[in-house]
Amino acid sequence: MIHLAGPYVVAALLVGLGVMGVTVRRNAVLLLIGVELILSGSLVLLVASGAATASRWEASSVLPLFVITIAAAEVVVALAVILTAFRHRGSIDLDAPLDDPLAATSATRGDRT
Amino acid sequence: MTSLDLAFAACGLLAVVAGLLAVTTRQVVHAALWLVVALLGVAGCLLVLGHELVALVLVLVYVGAVVVLVLFALMLTRAPIGPDLVHAVPVWRRVAAGLAGAATTALLLAALLPLAGGAVERRDIANQAIATELFGTWVWPFEALSVLLLAALIAALAVSRGPSKEVASP
Repeated sequence: MIHLAGPYVVAALLVGLGVMGVTVRRNAVLLLIGVELILSGSLVLLVASGAATASRWEASSVLPLFVITIAAAEVVVALAVILTAFRHRGSIDLDAPLDDPLAATSATRGDRT
Repeated sequence: MTSLDLAFAACGLLAVVAGLLAVTTRQVVHAALWLVVALLGVAGCLLVLGHELVALVLVLVYVGAVVVLVLFALMLTRAPIGPDLVHAVPVWRRVAAGLAGAATTALLLAALLPLAGGAVERRDIANQAIATELFGTWVWPFEALSVLLLAALIAALAVSRGPSKEVASP
């Protein structure tokens, strides 16, 4: 016997913590940690939906597996983008102002010609 | 309170406390390591809920692969060993983020808690039934996911190589 209020509370707290992490971090890599927490909260909720009643096509077990796989793919692409941005801009500060792209390209073209 | 409730409360408390430390600590490497503890807590929660396959896949993929990737990215972006002073945020922003998180939690609790009834019997989930459904009903989404993973791999390679090649050959 288990109360379903526990999974609901844990999922809500994990999603809230993830939102807090996404909004408070300036380091782009640490922002991903908040995203992971939000996704793990959704995993707890998905699994709790199938813990008591039978889910059709075992969706409560299969859909979390799909969510985990998609999250892994998302993290790979996000880290590649962050590393490329770090190589171009020299920082991964999310609050740093963007350089004017037109001025930057014209400056590099001017250097070359 | 049953023994399953107690076990779930212990795992959930571990996950929530480690998650709080992961989003509030100033040391970047510690944040990734606290994420490991939080995900292990979540895996414990899933184990208590009876989905052992999902819990094991979570440990394998998240703790084994994703956190290692995050640690690699932290090293490659020259994360400082001590406190991260470059990316320090002002106090008002921490308070605002905490308020946003608390508001999200309150909203979800208000939506979810009325749905939770009394104690229910936990269902036994056979791994064989999951495998039958995964490779029967869900086989096409499963194959599409492998294509997605391949696309993500190639996209990561293309994103991290493409622009530098363009700059190198004017």
